[in-house]
Amino acid sequence: MNHTLDVLWLQSGGCGGCTMSLLCAESPDLISTLELGGIRLLWHPALSEASGDEVTGLLQRVVDGEVPVDVLCVEGSMLRGPFGSGRFHMLAGSARPMIDWVSDLARHSRYTMAVGSCAAFGGITASGSNPADACGLQYDGSHPGGLLGDAYRSGAGLPVINVAGCPTHPNWVLETLLALARSGFDVDDLDALQRPRSFADQLVHHGCPRNEYYEYKASARAPSQLGCLMEHMGCLGTQAHADCNTRLWNGEGSCIRGGYACINCTAPEFEEPGHPFTVTPSIAGIPVGLPTDMPKAWFVALSSLSKAATPERLKTNAVSDHARIAPKVKSTRYR
Amino acid sequence: MSDARRRIVVGPFNRVEGDLEVTLDIDDGRVAAAYVNAPLYRGFEQILAGKDPRDALVIAPRICGICSVSQSMAAAYALADAQRLAMPRNGDLATNLVLAAENVADHFTHFYLFFMPDFARAVYASEPWYASLAQRFTATVGDAAREAIGARAQWLHLMGLLAGKWPHTLGLQPGGSTRPILAQECLRLLLQIAGFRRFLEQVTFGDRLEAIVALDSAAALSGWADAAPPHSSDLRRFLAIADALGLDGLGRAGDRFMSYGSHLIDGEHLFAPGLWHHGLQSLDTALIGEDLSHSWMQGDAAHHPSRGVTLPEPDKAGAYSWCKAPRLDGAVVEVGALARQVVDGHPLVRDLVAASGGNVRNRVVARLLEVARVVIAMEDWVRALVPGEPFCHTAPLPDNADGVGLVEAARGSLGHWLSVRDGRIANYQIVAPTTWNFSPRDAAGVPGALEQALVGAPLRDGETSPLAAQHIVRSFDPCMVCTVH
Repeated sequence: MNHTLDVLWLQSGGCGGCTMSLLCAESPDLISTLELGGIRLLWHPALSEASGDEVTGLLQRVVDGEVPVDVLCVEGSMLRGPFGSGRFHMLAGSARPMIDWVSDLARHSRYTMAVGSCAAFGGITASGSNPADACGLQYDGSHPGGLLGDAYRSGAGLPVINVAGCPTHPNWVLETLLALARSGFDVDDLDALQRPRSFADQLVHHGCPRNEYYEYKASARAPSQLGCLMEHMGCLGTQAHADCNTRLWNGEGSCIRGGYACINCTAPEFEEPGHPFTVTPSIAGIPVGLPTDMPKAWFVALSSLSKAATPERLKTNAVSDHARIAPKVKSTRYR
Repeated sequence: MSDARRRIVVGPFNRVEGDLEVTLDIDDGRVAAAYVNAPLYRGFEQILAGKDPRDALVIAPRICGICSVSQSMAAAYALADAQRLAMPRNGDLATNLVLAAENVADHFTHFYLFFMPDFARAVYASEPWYASLAQRFTATVGDAAREAIGARAQWLHLMGLLAGKWPHTLGLQPGGSTRPILAQECLRLLLQIAGFRRFLEQVTFGDRLEAIVALDSAAALSGWADAAPPHSSDLRRFLAIADALGLDGLGRAGDRFMSYGSHLIDGEHLFAPGLWHHGLQSLDTALIGEDLSHSWMQGDAAHHPSRGVTLPEPDKAGAYSWCKAPRLDGAVVEVGALARQVVDGHPLVRDLVAASGGNVRNRVVARLLEVARVVIAMEDWVRALVPGEPFCHTAPLPDNADGVGLVEAARGSLGHWLSVRDGRIANYQIVAPTTWNFSPRDAAGVPGALEQALVGAPLRDGETSPLAAQHIVRSFDPCMVCTVH
């Protein structure tokens, strides 16, 4: 690729986990992906050499229009507190609130990307009493606005690109950057929450290894059991927009493959589900949150049917921590 | 201040986790006093208040993307303590494998991506060792960056298998692990560890892990280093630079070392808990107090974390950091791999500390030694798993209970103190490793460990972000997002 995409990466009110996840990129590794994809890091807080005034000097030159930035990546939520002052994060060495830096820098970027649900929507930092008055770049929870405002458009005319997730999968970030480097990305590539459709048009349910248990409503009731996690254990995989079970994490993982609920971390306000994360609220035995696009009456009808038809193998294995009954070997002559 | 005596503000510090600002008073070309500011406050302790206690397993790991599992484990232990719940043996083994995988990844990341690139800076261009070092370690473009980042990604396949993903797994529960491991998966785990062992032995150490662990004195380490040229391994490269730059004379703090003890399996720690100060002492965590005198936090009296309060007071007079100042029986302690290894009694680290105390070189040596020790232990733990036996127990959570979770993250001692009242979190206090190491002054005016370690650091002509100070800062492997949380 001939184009070089200059990326400036800042971190604020988050955990740095999206960067830590990014370092897990494979086939090829992160450094090779950046090099081969024509992506140049002007500065990244975990990777670059520059420190101190070298960094604040660079940021000032960007604000002054002397250094062009193709993509401004922001990781972590925007901290407006206390009392709107932004003092909960003053960028070190600059005596300025990070929210002021981000507002200024975002006026000079061709694209602005929120990396992770904190930067996109506020995320876990906005949970509970939201003591730091955290919000996202262009959303405050599920409400458009945030730090930059609903009307914000970057130099290329796009709203903030919300690569949501807690954390983000390395390839969600890298594939979006690669698409930007090829100038093959426009507003149609974003979903209703401004997330790249490349991963957000899919559901975590797709490719779920517990699918057979789901079909028969054979459900786990305690951690480490093999059954479906939707009915009792808080799993939101049938509603969560991401490709975690088709793309996989750290080689061969996903939340559900790890034995625990999908908590829908790519969604705004996932941090406040209104119930304990690992408990499914239900009314009359029917989970409150139904699968996306599924009419309630159908779900109820199918559930009761499938429960009546659950094979013993699934009923038993669902509440075991290893498969006690193996699938029967059928005669190969009568398929 | 005169020209010779001046004040500089250094930050942001790159290649530390999170944001950090250090104010240095310079006198005659050396640091005379340092003031460390953790400039980011999110308020996790306030966020956790009022939540269902089980939600701590989702929220606490998200304090930190690099110590995520350590935060998980501390939360799980605090809940287990409140529930009076013990893990089955498989649960102990599996959760400790996950914790160890993170700690090893963090040590490895620190050495290759955070710490070593500073020696490839142009400031050192006239040094005889510079050219080969720069080729290997220059940030983002050195050979080592690509090799190490690939090896690290492979290593973290352990997380895919054992914990679903990293960071931010929900796999570590008070009663064990959500992920039962099958017999064939044990074989895969052993293979993944073996692959990383080969990288360590061929590239990082240039020797068998067992040979590194067997080094039992400073003299043995020197002899080992001299037995092959510096370019034969990255540890030898580092030791050569450490000699050339006198890194054993840089960054000494108070030499009072604390460890909560690490990797508790079958009631025994892999690395023992304790306090080291001119000799081994027992550790009494009831003597921990968090001083607030120089923190932007309400209150003055130092409280034990079980009774601690976290309420910001941004305009507090005399304060200069969001970080509280934890003290043990009123004293500053240093935590981390060096502390763990000296407390545990590894003869090499005991000898290094006897000779030169805690310093930049010894912290790095202890970290790499620990990588070798932990990887060997992990192989044993995988072999000890019994597929088919339970990986997780459960127990009801009482409506009113207290719990403590103490673990060792890569960068040192991490504690969670939990109070549950009427089924909700009434108080949740977290004291993280870098809270100890990078604390501000206390009410007696005693500086924190890094603030002490920076005193005496030299400045080169014209330096505005002095490199010696950067070496010292990074030698602690700070995690600033944990520090204040």
